[in-house]
This record gives sequence, C-alpha cells and structure tokens, in this order.
Amino acid sequence: MTAAEVLPVLAFYLFSGVAVTSGLMVVVARNPVRSVLWLILAFFSAAGLFVLLGAEFLAMLLLIVYVGAVMVLFLFVVMMLDVDFAELRQGMSEYLPLGATIGLVLLVQILFGVGAWFASESAPTLRVQPAPSDVQNTAALGNVLYDDYAYLFQASGLILLVAMIGAIVLTLREREGVKKQSIVGQMHRTREESIAVVDVKPGQGIN
Amino acid sequence: MNNFSNDLLAAAPEVALAIGAMVLLMVGVFVGGSEERKGRVVLPMALALLLAVGFVVPRFDGAQSAFNGLFITDDFSRFAKVLILFSAAIMLFLGTDYLRRNNLLKFEYSVLIIFATLGMCMMVSANDLIALYMGLELQALSLYVIAAFRRDSTRSTEAGLKYFVLGALSSGLLLYGASLIYGYAGTTQFDRIAVAVSDTDAPLGLLFGLAFFIAGLAFKISAAPFHMWTPDVYEGAPTPVTAFFATAPKIAAGALFARAMIEPFNGIQADWQQILAFLAICSMFLGAFAGIGQTNIKRLMAYSSIGHMGFALVGLTAGGEQGVQAMLVYLSIYLVMNIGVFAFLLTVTRNGVQATQIVDFAGLAKTNPASAAAVAVLMFSLAGIPPLAGFFGKFFVFGAAVDAGLGWLAVAGVIASVISAYYYLRIVKLMYFDEPGEPLEIVGGIEHRIAWGVAALLMLFAVAPFEPFNGLGAPEAAAKAAEALLN
Amino acid sequence: MPGYEPTFVSEYLLPGGWILLQCLLLTGAILISLAFLLYMDRKVWAAVQLRRGPNVVGPWGLLQSFADFLKFVLKEIVIPDGADKAVFLLAPMIAFVLAVIAWAVIPVADGWVIADLNVGILYLFAISSLGVYGVIMGGWASNSKYPFLGGLRSAAQMVSYEVSIGFILVAVLLTVGSLNMSDIVRAQDSDWGLLGWYWLPHLPMLVLFFVSALAETNRPPFDLPEAESELVAGYQVEYSSTPYLLFMIGEYMNIVLMCAMTTILFFGGWLSPIPGLPDGVLWIVIKIVVMFFLFAMVKAIVPRYRYDQLMRLGWKVFLPFSLFWVVLTATVMRAFDIAPWASTAAAQALQ
Repeated sequence: MTAAEVLPVLAFYLFSGVAVTSGLMVVVARNPVRSVLWLILAFFSAAGLFVLLGAEFLAMLLLIVYVGAVMVLFLFVVMMLDVDFAELRQGMSEYLPLGATIGLVLLVQILFGVGAWFASESAPTLRVQPAPSDVQNTAALGNVLYDDYAYLFQASGLILLVAMIGAIVLTLREREGVKKQSIVGQMHRTREESIAVVDVKPGQGIN
Repeated sequence: MNNFSNDLLAAAPEVALAIGAMVLLMVGVFVGGSEERKGRVVLPMALALLLAVGFVVPRFDGAQSAFNGLFITDDFSRFAKVLILFSAAIMLFLGTDYLRRNNLLKFEYSVLIIFATLGMCMMVSANDLIALYMGLELQALSLYVIAAFRRDSTRSTEAGLKYFVLGALSSGLLLYGASLIYGYAGTTQFDRIAVAVSDTDAPLGLLFGLAFFIAGLAFKISAAPFHMWTPDVYEGAPTPVTAFFATAPKIAAGALFARAMIEPFNGIQADWQQILAFLAICSMFLGAFAGIGQTNIKRLMAYSSIGHMGFALVGLTAGGEQGVQAMLVYLSIYLVMNIGVFAFLLTVTRNGVQATQIVDFAGLAKTNPASAAAVAVLMFSLAGIPPLAGFFGKFFVFGAAVDAGLGWLAVAGVIASVISAYYYLRIVKLMYFDEPGEPLEIVGGIEHRIAWGVAALLMLFAVAPFEPFNGLGAPEAAAKAAEALLN
Repeated sequence: MPGYEPTFVSEYLLPGGWILLQCLLLTGAILISLAFLLYMDRKVWAAVQLRRGPNVVGPWGLLQSFADFLKFVLKEIVIPDGADKAVFLLAPMIAFVLAVIAWAVIPVADGWVIADLNVGILYLFAISSLGVYGVIMGGWASNSKYPFLGGLRSAAQMVSYEVSIGFILVAVLLTVGSLNMSDIVRAQDSDWGLLGWYWLPHLPMLVLFFVSALAETNRPPFDLPEAESELVAGYQVEYSSTPYLLFMIGEYMNIVLMCAMTTILFFGGWLSPIPGLPDGVLWIVIKIVVMFFLFAMVKAIVPRYRYDQLMRLGWKVFLPFSLFWVVLTATVMRAFDIAPWASTAAAQALQ
C-alpha cells in the first residue's frame, strides 16, 4: 500500500468518525449553543468527505452556505432565545422507548433495503450518464444545473421568491410613530430652514 | 439554444404566468398609495393574466415533451390547466368583495394566487419526480401563505401554520417515496420508470416507495386518512382562500395524482389499485359520517370535499381510459358545484359579520327565494340526487368501477353517498322549512349571483341526458385527455 | 522510474516534510511582516493625528510589536466566572487558525502556492465566512452583556457583507473563467501592464470589494462589534493575555488576507505593472502594503457608521448593485462574445 492509497482511507475514517461523533453530541449536548457548535463540526467533516470523493466544489459550497451562513443565523437565534432546553428534554426518558422503536424499525428497513431488495433490471441502463471525468466538477455541475435541469433550477428560484414574498407579507408591519432617518431629507436641509438666529437679551433667555 | 427556445414555447403558459407574476410584483411595489390601492391596481391585471393564459392554453395541440423530458404538454395537461386557470380566475374575482370588506386586499394576494396557479400548471405538466415536487412545493408554499393571510386573526394564523407543518410532513413522505422509487428504478422520469417496472416484477423497494409516494399525494388531495388538516384549514382561512382551496388545487392535485399513477406505474396497476381503493373508501365514508355533526358551513364543505375526493379516487382506482375520464368529469362537475356554493358563502353576512354557521341559513327561502333555490339545486347536486349533474358524475365513476371489476367499491360508494346526502339535505330543509332568525344580507355584487345562478343552471341542464352538457365538451375533452394520458 | 522502491521515507516523510516546511516558511514570513504592518498601522494613525506613535522600543520604535507580543504572552490568562471555559478558549484559537489556513491558497508568485486548489477562491470565501465564529463564540462564552452584543452585531454584519462579496467574486470570476487563484492572476497578464488588470473593467466592484472587506474584517468605520463608545470593546472585553493576542493577530491577518485578495482579484497579484519589468513576489508584497496603507488611512479618517446605516449600505446598496454588475458582466460577455480571460486547460474546459 502506498501513501496515495492509505491516506484517503485514513482520512475517510477520521472524517466519518468525527461526523458521527459530533452528530451524537448534537443530540446529547446539554447546552443548545454547544449543540450548534457540534453541528458545525459535523458539517465540516461532511465537507471533508466530499473532498475525498473529489467533489471539492460541493465541499466548499457546504462550508459557505451551511456553515458560513445558515449556522450563523441558527446560532444567532439559539443565543437570543431563552429556551430552557433542559426542561424540553424532560420527557426524553418517557419517549425514549418509542423513539428507539421507531429508530429500530427504520434501521431494519434500511437493512432490508440493502439486503433483500434489488433494483429493477433495467435500472442501470436508465441512469443518467455520470459526468465525464475530464471536466472539472465545477464545470460539470454547471452543465447539469444550467443546461439539463434549467427548468428545475428556475422553478426552485420561483419557490424561493414565493418564500420571500410570504415572509414579507406575513411579518412586515408598518408601525406608526417610528422615527426613521430620511437621508434625502437630511441632504436637502438648508441653513435657512433649520437655523434661526435669535438675539437673546441678557438675563431673559429664550421663551 | 434553439432547442431551449422550443422548450420555452412548449411551456409558454407557465413562462407567461411566471413573468407576469414578477411584473405584477414590481407593479405592486412601485405603485404608490395605500395597501388597498395597490391591491385594486394589481388585481384586475392578475385576472387578465389568468384569463388570457386560460384562453390561450386550449389553442395548442398535440403532445410535446420539453426540458430534457422534465416537462410534458398534452391533452391531459391542457384539460387540467384550463380548469385550473379559469377556476383560479373566478375565485380571485369573486373573493375581491370579501377581501375589500375585511381590509385584506393586498396586491401580494393576487401575486400569490398566480404563483399558486403556476405551481399547479407545473404539477399537471410534470413528467418527472423532481419536476412534480417542484410544482407541488411552489403551489403549496403559496397556499400556506394565503391561508395565514389574515395575520390579525389567530384562526387564520393557526390554519396557515397547521397547513404548513402537515404539508411539510406530507412533502417529506412524498420525497422519501420518490427517492426509493428513484433508487430502485434508476431514474426519476415517468416514461423511464414505466420501462423499469415493465420488464420484470416490480422491485419490492419500489413498491415500498410507491406506498409513501401515494401517501404524500393523498395528503395533497386531502384523502382520508391523510385529511386531518382540511377542516381546520378550511375553517380558519379567510373565506375567499377557502374557496380557492376547494377548487383549483383540488383539480391540480387530482390530475397530478392521475398522471403520477397512470404514466409511470400503469404496468403495476394491481399493486397500487388496492391502496387507492382503501383511500377512496376511507375518504367517502369519513366525508359522509364526519360531516353529519358539523355546525360550521366551512367545516362542512371541508368534509364534503374529502368525500368528493374519495368518489374521484374511485374513478382513478378503476384505471384505464374509462376510469381516468370518469375522474376528470367528476372533478369538473365538483369544480362547478364548489364555485357556486362558495360564490354564495362569500356574500352572506349577518349584521356585517360573515355568516358561517349552518343555522344562519334557516328560512332563507322566505327572505331570498331565488338564491335559496339556487343553493338548493347545488346542494342536491352535491348530494348526487338523480336528475342533476352531481349524479351523473357519480354515475360515471361507479360505472367505471363496475366495468373494471370493482363492483364492491361502487356499492360502497353508493352507500356513502346516501349517508352524505343527509347533511346536504339538512341545509335545504333549514332553508325551506325552518323559521328565519335575523335576516341574512347578501352583500356581494351581481357577479356572485351570476356565478351561483350559472352553476345551478349547469347542474340542472345535465337533466336532458348529457346533451347540453356535451355541448360544453367536458366529457369529450376528458375522454381526449384520458386517451392522451394512457398512450 | 526503474528500480524505484517506495519506502516509508520517500512516500510519507519527504512529501509531508516538504509541505510542512513550506507552511512554516509562509506562516513565519507572514507573522514577522505582520509585526511591522501593525507598527505601520499605528504610525499612520499617529501621523494623521499629528502624534509620534510608537518610538521607544528599538530604532524608531520598530520593535514595538515584539515588546507587545512578550507582554501579552507573559501576562496571566483571566477567565471570567461563569464563562463557558472550553468555548471561551476555543474561540481565539479558531479565529487565529482560520486566519492562518486561509493563506494556503494565496499564490505569492507564479507557482509559489502551498495548495493550488481548483476552487481556491471558494476556499478563501468559505474560510473568511467562518471567521465570524471566533467572534460569536467569544462573545457568547464570555457570559457578559457587552461581549454578547458585540458577537450578535458581528454575526449580522459579517453575514450581510458576505453576500455582496460573493456576488463581487462571481462578477470577477465570470471574466476569468476559473476558480483557481493563480488563474485569476494569469488571466490579467497582458502586454499593457497595469492597464490589463481587472481594476479597470471592474472599477465599481473594486470599490465595493474594498468597503465590504472593511466590514468583513470589522475594521473602522465598520468596527461596530468592538465599538468602544457603545460596547467598551465588544466581544474582546473579557479577553486578556494570549487569547486576546490570538484574536488580535487573527484580525490583522484577516486584514492582510483581504489586502492580498484585493491584489489578486483586481491588481494582478505578482504581475509587474510596467510592461518589460520582471514579474515576481516583490510586486505582490508592494501591492499588499499599499492596500494595507489604505486600510490604515480609512481607519484614521472615516468616522464610525451607525448600525442601521451599516445594514442599509450592505443590503440596500451593495447587494443590488453587485447583483446588477454580475448580470451586466454576463450580458456584455455574451452579447459581444467575449471569452473568459484565462487560458488554462481548466478554464478552457469551462468554455
């Protein structure tokens, strides 16, 4: 075995080990802020796994979008909310058997999935051809996203637009009596309309 | 690039709706004045857009798939689109009065309705699991927002939130099913899945995915046992929104259901038929029994729609051209009846407050004989009393079921429809034989009277065996649509 | 290679050691130059205010930064009561480490780069967007009001400006046709020297990028997270000694990194401004120092923004404008059939 063979394997076990451990810590951590921090570590390891797969573009995107933006907002909210998570967790022992059962059932199903079920015979031929290996994966993704699936790309854009409209419609309130800075107004103020020269007599002051 | 412009041309109605909605959004932002003024400017434009697209859609012909097979336009999708676009336009128009009275006339309402309509058009034209999901989400997200549109009412907010949470759950089920189907078929495109399921016995994993997929779709058409959200959302949402929910989205989800079953999975009909039969029976009986105890007319209409979806599913369960045609005819008739009923519900107030209790209608025949007559006709039709159109809708689907060897399903349907007749007839009895309480006011404009009048007349015209109704072309168009879907 | 026997040394130790050596070299060089850049920062600031600035330690005060370094390291580390100790100590380390590892993809001359990533610019963008975690974690773990407020402000501020930085990068990358940092510089190589660099076609983006870089690094006039008039010292209030030092070094390294990014994106990296003169590492150093001088001058001259003004600028001015610029760039390139500048194989594949 050469370094080129050993290192990726080692790295794979490192990243997946960290990912699984931090995933577990997200659930068991006492403090919600720490949970979020563990989650960030999990994302990091996932990005590492992407790099190992040769999908460096996806790895960076995962970091930028999830860790750089989504989790920051998440952390922001968790830090601002004064939720007593210990209290929320009280019922945990009560629901643990049920949750464990559901988890077990799902596990069994997955085992069925990999063990006893087989894909349709024609499935391999129906698959869309994978991207050619001589194109960088940034370019390959671009081709898929903007050419083959342009319709879906536009559709997702519309969905996000609707989400934005919805957020504005449902939450934006025009409040009365709020002083807002009017930059144009400030710029157009003249000396004449804002300053009055008053001749103040000694001992009288301004009424 | 030429290829791409062809694709855009195939999707011209959708493109027009998308661009139009964005333009209207800009109009709404840049037109000055109060919220209501913006709403009043944008609403007619939205109406014009929906109607224009609705008139253009039937002018196309033939079947064409576009965007690498993600999108398909054929007689089936055009049939559904015409129904969707016109019912959306009608409901937008009829709701205007109510919105204005309740200070809800914002321009975003019209824009969201267009987006919802666009999502529905994308749904019925989807030829791929991902495209299907995209259309579904676009539609659902717009509907979540307009369900909660009345932000100062806790009921409306609750309706929006409930719809959102359960809708998200159902989307999750749908996606889980779709990913299993993809995994075991190797493709997400409908016609390729059809190949994958045809060559051998369908893989077990795919059937498993199919069950989840059907559960997700059943949520969207509110078929029992996935109907929980319907009564609360119908009751809590502002009435024009409820009216919209009861019409266009139901057609879209029904048509989507039909395409998603028939096109990829026609080869394994035996496998999904039993699930659908179960859903149909549950829905019909739940709609029949749960409606009996209702006192709120909007909740009653919710259970009524659950029941009617059950009847429509009987048609789909039967499968084949006849079954699909029966389902489409049933949905069209259902659409007309609901437009009529909601046109009426949108206008009745008592002391300035919307009348939503069933007892409010007591003695309507004495104060308002004409509207009482129209509503009575609509109620008889909803119940499926013989000479009216509602009866023929049921006749079609049960006929299809019997021909497909599902006689027991038809018998169950007849029993359920007899039970459900009770609460429709109770309303008629209240209107004609009970003493009026405080007088009801009909506050809407002439357009509402026309709407429910025409709806009632349409129901009556079906008396002469199909002839006038045939004139409208619904069964023929439905037959053409069903044929397009199956070939 | 005939007769070549892969051994542990040749397969593991030598390549690993070589990379390690490069890293140490670069980090050492950056840390030492940082000491003098800090000195320069203070001198410029002092000069603008007609003061002398540091002038005691060493000739002309040149060794001031080293004295400060010793002072910080030798002091006691104070951890506030009730602070989340682990996170409290982790935060400055994260800030420092992120600032250092970002340099891995910065090419200082043609081929002189530790990791020549295909997605180098995305890597940089990702690392710089992570920088906010040091601030938030530090602010939260201090268990004190001012640091907490500073952390929240910083989170909102950095996320806001990242969005427009992203679009600015996209606009530049459209003209390059590659995400590789070295390719970005090579794409600006032309016969016209400094007239071929991107500052000319992308002039508005240069301005936007410079201002966003100020906001992204919490430099004045956008140093709201540590505004002393409102928040004492923001997220750094409770920090002392080495943890504080790590925060500060990290912050300054980020500033220099932003200078380097500006240089690479808009001023041709290691390329010589005058046709005929040889390209090389010296040019990029000069350019970075000039950029840093601008950063220092801004700190000295421009008054601090108010928080709502900061947000307004980011979301209502920069974001729409950078978005518009992306569309404009794409439209122009498409309409006049301009191919991306870069001529590497990777860029060709993109075309």
